[in-house]
Formats: sequence, structure tokens, C-alpha cells
Amino acid sequence: MTRIIAPIARATLLEALRSRMLWLVAVLLALSFGIAGFLQQVAIIETAGIQVAIIAALLRGAGVFLTAAFVVMSMVREVNDKVLELMLAQPWPRAAYLFGKFVGFSTAAVLLAAILTVPVAWLAPVAGAPLWGLSLACELVIVTAMSLFCVITLTHVVPALAAVLGFYVLARSIAALQIIATAAGASVAWTDRAATWIVQAIALVLPRLDEMTQVSWLVAGPPTAGAITSVLVQTAVYTVLLVAAAQFDLHRQNL
Amino acid sequence: MRERPLADVPRWLIGLLAVALVLQVLFASSHPKPTAKAEDLGPPPSVEALRLAAVGEPIALARLLMLYLQAFDYQAGTRIPYRDLNYEHLEGWLRRILELDPAGQYPLMSASRLYAEVPDPAKQRRMLEFVYAEYLKDPNRRWPWLAHATIIAKHQLKDLPLARKYAVALQQHTTTPDAPPWVRQMEPFILEDMNELEAARLLIGGLIASGQVKDQRDLELLERRLQLLEERIEAEKRQKRP
Repeated sequence: MTRIIAPIARATLLEALRSRMLWLVAVLLALSFGIAGFLQQVAIIETAGIQVAIIAALLRGAGVFLTAAFVVMSMVREVNDKVLELMLAQPWPRAAYLFGKFVGFSTAAVLLAAILTVPVAWLAPVAGAPLWGLSLACELVIVTAMSLFCVITLTHVVPALAAVLGFYVLARSIAALQIIATAAGASVAWTDRAATWIVQAIALVLPRLDEMTQVSWLVAGPPTAGAITSVLVQTAVYTVLLVAAAQFDLHRQNL
Repeated sequence: MRERPLADVPRWLIGLLAVALVLQVLFASSHPKPTAKAEDLGPPPSVEALRLAAVGEPIALARLLMLYLQAFDYQAGTRIPYRDLNYEHLEGWLRRILELDPAGQYPLMSASRLYAEVPDPAKQRRMLEFVYAEYLKDPNRRWPWLAHATIIAKHQLKDLPLARKYAVALQQHTTTPDAPPWVRQMEPFILEDMNELEAARLLIGGLIASGQVKDQRDLELLERRLQLLEERIEAEKRQKRP
């Protein structure tokens, strides 16, 4: 099985490296250093804190968007060029193809996270930066798995990308929604109670992205071992869930 | 049919999906539920910053800010009574929203009907004064809120001089025909409550004589009021005589 998965993963990683995404990352890095320099001139106090907070948030969002866009567009191109059909015609299980793609995309995502951590580590030379980078890598792996699942299911760029970004925003804000829903749960109206139950149910099947890659780790101090363990466990569980869901969908498609 | 039958999916994959889903639900359930923390209402940003943030849509931003402000008491997971809000900041927010959208009625409606109804006279007065100051900038559009402020000053604060001040402003500055006649006729009734019977009589007489009151029923009401006032004045005079 590894003999099938490894070449597919390697080809996917090569595609990421040879595409213009690296140029885009270089522009992003230059932009972040430029913004950091600008903020240094503007801020009167807590310059380093302001720089790192803004740059880290910017890079996190950009990393997620780049990952989702790359996975979705690469997969759609593969479908349009009939590469997917060629792959599925080979004497190997569908699971191997999809898993190979996932490994390739995930490796690219982890590399992207490592590159994006460089300016953050430069601006915040504390123990929190590597852990922030590790958490970003985990987050991007989840985004990769989600993008793969969405593009396998929806098969078009715009719906798949919109679904991934919608999922990401929802996962980042589900804690706030839960708090609001808890308050509404005290209401006697059945609509409020139903809304509370729905939000709580959604929260059960969403990853807690709001607890990942926090700027506070760079500004206030590194996360606890428990927080990092939670991030790793969440990534493992949710990635398996998404990859399994994508595999399930691919197996049901009549290709 | 584009989908293949469920039987084509390997059993190990269905098992993996089910196990992963159960693990995710267990993991999410094991997390402590997020808790709410009430926050104070901070000072508003400058109007320049808000205009920048509005990206050319100040009215839309004003409406959004008003909804944010109105919902501020009902924070996620907790409630802050209106009376516990920082009224200095609240007034600042309302003023900013009016600066963004001067034609909007929502800020003054909220000031007079929500924030001025709290059981805290100092905060009530602050809101009423805000409504009064903003009314003077656009009387013909904002008279309903000063009229309500007058009623609050009279009946809730029992501050008749304050109510009279607002009633005088309404009478002097409101010229739109949209405003019902009683809006401009509040002062004599407040004077009557202040036991300034002679002044009230003069004002009502003046109103009738001016011809401003066109509606026959309003006119009859004022004449009846005038008659009652004259009877009260006469009765007081009789009592004072030795």
C-alpha cells in the first residue's frame, strides 16, 4: 500500500512546490515583514506585542486560505483533466489514491506552517512561537482534510471553497455561539430551546479551532502541556473523521 | 443514478467513520463548556474612525452599531441591566451613531424609551438632556422623543421645571404640521401642575386666540380647560379674601 500512497503523495507535494504558491508565500512573508516594520513606527508602547499579534493573525488566516484554495483547485483540475479517472482505473483501491493525496497535501500544509512560523518566531522569540507553529500545522492539516472532503463531495471550486471557509469560520466561532445559545436555553420559548440544542449538536461535530494557534501564546506566554495535547488529539481525531468521510464519499461516487 | 450502492463502500471504512465520529463527539463532550463574562460598555471610537470603518456606508454602519448597542445588555450567557451600563459611554455611542446617520430615529428612540426608563434618576436625567440637546439640532424630525422625554420628566422624575423646559422647546421649535397640536400645547398643562394657574390661563388663552389650533375638538378641549382654570383661579381668590 505504501508503494502506491508514497508516489501519489510525492507528486502532490511536487505540484505544491512547483506551482506559484511558493511565490505567493514569499509575497506574504514580504508583506508581513513590511507590516511589522510599519507597526514598529506607529506603535508607541508594546510594539513587539502589537507586531506579533497582528502578523500572527494575518498569517494564520492567509495560511488557511492558501491551503484550502490549493487543495480545492488542485483536485478540481485533476477531475477536469481526467487524471482522477485514470487513477481510479489503476489496480489499486480508491482509498489509496485519496490517502496519497491527503498525505501530499498535508505535507505541503505542514511545510507552509513552518514557513509562516518564521516571521512569527523572529518577532516573538519566546517558547510560544514553535508551539504556535505546531498548532498552525495541525490547523492546516484539518483544513486540508476538510477541503479534500468538500471538493470530493461538491466537485466544483466555488461551492467547495465556500464550504471550507464557512466551516472554518463556524469552527472558530462555535464557542461564542454556544455561550449565546446557553443564554437562550433559559428561555421558555421552544424555538430558543431548539436553537440551543441545534447549536450544541453542531458543536459536538466541529473541531475547537478557537482553542488552536492562539496569539496569546505569543504575547502572554506559551500554552500549557494540556492545551497542546488537546490540540494534537483534536487534530488526530478530526482528521481521521474527515478523511474517512471523504473516503466514504469517494467510494460512493459512480466514477 | 450517480451514486454507487452502500455495499460498495468497504466495511472497514464505514467502521472507521463511525469510530471517528464517536471519538469526535466524546472529545467535544469532554471539553468544559465555554463560560460567559460580562463586559463593560467601552467608550465609542471617534467618528473619523467609524467613517473609515464604514467604507462609504455610514448609514449601514450606524444601523449595525445601533443593534450592537441595543443588544449590549443581553451579552452572551449573561445580562447587564440597562441601569448598570456606563451612561457616559452610552451617550457617546448614541451621539456617534447620530453623527453617522443624522436622519436615523433609532438612537433617540432608544435614549427616550429604553435608557431613560431606568430606575436611576441621574441616568434618566442624562438621557433626557441628551435627547433635548439632539432635538434642538433637528426639531421637526426629533420632536416625538422630546415629547416622550417631557412625559418622563413630569411623571417619573416629578421634575416639573424640567418638563416645562422641554415643553417650551417643543412649543417654540416644532413647526412641522406632522406634529399633533398637543405637542405644542404641553406647557400650560405643566404650568397648571406647578400651580402657576395664571400663567397657564394666559398661555391657553393665547393659544386659542392665536388661531394655531384648527381642530374643533382640540379647540373645545382648550376652552373647557380654560374655563376650569378660571374657576380654580376664582376659587383661590375667594379663599384668600378675609
